[in-house]
Amino acid sequence: MIKNISNLGDAALYCDFGDDVNKSTNSRVIKYFYNIKDQKFEGINNLTPSYNKLIISFDLKITNFNKVKKFIENLNVEDAKITNSKKIEIPVCCHENFSLDINRLEKILNLSKQKIFMNFFDKEYFCYMTGFIAGMPFLGDLDENMRAQRLETPRVKVPKGSVGLTEQFANIYTFESPGGWNILGNTPVDVFDSLKEDSPNLINAGDTVVFKEITLDQYRNFNE
Amino acid sequence: MSKNYFNIIRPGVNSTFQDKGRDHLYHIGIPFSGAMDNRNFLIANKLVNNNLNSAVIEFAYQGPHMKYFGKKINLAISGDVIFSIKKKDNEIQGNCYQSYKIESGDEINIISTNKSVYGYLAIGGDLDIKYQWNSCSINTKANIGANDGKKFKEGQKIYLKKINSNQDIKKINYVNTKIENIRVIKGTNFNYFSEDGKKLFYDSEFTISKLSDRMGMRLEGSKIENIVNTNIKSEGLIKGVIQVPADGNPIIMLSDHGTVGGYPKIGVVASVDYDRLVQMSPGSKIKFKEINLSDAETLFKLYEMETKNLLSQI
Repeated sequence: MIKNISNLGDAALYCDFGDDVNKSTNSRVIKYFYNIKDQKFEGINNLTPSYNKLIISFDLKITNFNKVKKFIENLNVEDAKITNSKKIEIPVCCHENFSLDINRLEKILNLSKQKIFMNFFDKEYFCYMTGFIAGMPFLGDLDENMRAQRLETPRVKVPKGSVGLTEQFANIYTFESPGGWNILGNTPVDVFDSLKEDSPNLINAGDTVVFKEITLDQYRNFNE
Repeated sequence: MSKNYFNIIRPGVNSTFQDKGRDHLYHIGIPFSGAMDNRNFLIANKLVNNNLNSAVIEFAYQGPHMKYFGKKINLAISGDVIFSIKKKDNEIQGNCYQSYKIESGDEINIISTNKSVYGYLAIGGDLDIKYQWNSCSINTKANIGANDGKKFKEGQKIYLKKINSNQDIKKINYVNTKIENIRVIKGTNFNYFSEDGKKLFYDSEFTISKLSDRMGMRLEGSKIENIVNTNIKSEGLIKGVIQVPADGNPIIMLSDHGTVGGYPKIGVVASVDYDRLVQMSPGSKIKFKEINLSDAETLFKLYEMETKNLLSQI
């Protein structure tokens, strides 16, 4: 199921699951991820699943590339547990205070505002991975006519809760951060909470997400 | 109950609590963090009879100026650091790599690191600070760790939970060495770059930019030409990865790096050179040298043995 394993530096394995970015490739990545996590192989200190790759990093004081590679090659992932993925509803307000890039998107996509919002809310998204900043979910896939490139010049500060689009993916800025995604709205929900050490992420790889439009009043009252 | 604490008169530029960092969290977007220069972190703790993974104060360039109130304690500084200790009747210039006895009313003033970036202040005892995922390490980007994940502020206090009973003065002779070249292993997108680009990567000198911090080190100099694609699908990163974005200027991922990235990876810094890499200050020159995996593993083993040796001498 892994197309190729190589080394990323001297303390990580680079597992390539193929060039195609789709749900089936990603599901294989996630299956490996949970399976390896459960095995607690000595020395492995991090696993980073992404669309079509899995990076396995390890403590070079304890193990090395060849040992970890052998372990991965001998894994029987067919027996792997399939995780209980959740379906999560995320409220989003698209008031002009929040939809920072809607005018830009109208031009690039050549669609009306109404049509863009309709397309965006009328869809179920699959969480391919989380990361870049803590808890940020990478959600796909947007329809072909909703795909836009990143901003030419990224914003220095994207507000916390911003919901953005780039290419085939939507994401949520879990806290204020620099970033170049096209911002469509904002959610009052805390998608990442570092105080919940057992499950800081509301959305995890493999989960399904739907966005629900809320008004500015509903947004303001959300946390009261 | 009598409290033992430091009052921060001046916080310094980027002073944080650090230990060895937190693992098993890349998949949710949280990097390792932890002390940038691991060897100096360990030495500082050993000099004050701490557990080797105890929390220390890491500072960059200018460190904190603090005044102590409470029962006698030990402290020590590692790195290449200029500092002074002010007692009731005199002020002395401190030496790195030795512990000092500090009494109530004494001040420690960490003036600056010398031709390096990071220094470590270890306090003999347990600090009363918050741990998240078994680590106190402050990640200022995600506001995780002690001190609500924020760097030190003027006027704040650092409390101790416990003071070490063993307060023997310890010392070691150690000089931080500089290395000529930073050794790198070929990255997974090495072939994205033109023949000239690859040649420039190894042959030319880069300058470390001022835009460098605990997240990454930006380099300036020859532009590395990409002939395949300046973006890849976002995928996992580890510390030491050298990414080259469209502008051709390499960026090295450091301990607080974003956990995924979408720029091609030309190389990865060998683990053996990481402690010394992070100590190179903005404006200094850096050159890369290619190394293979098995040599990198062997050199790391030797480096680890050397670290263990140093610690056993304390």
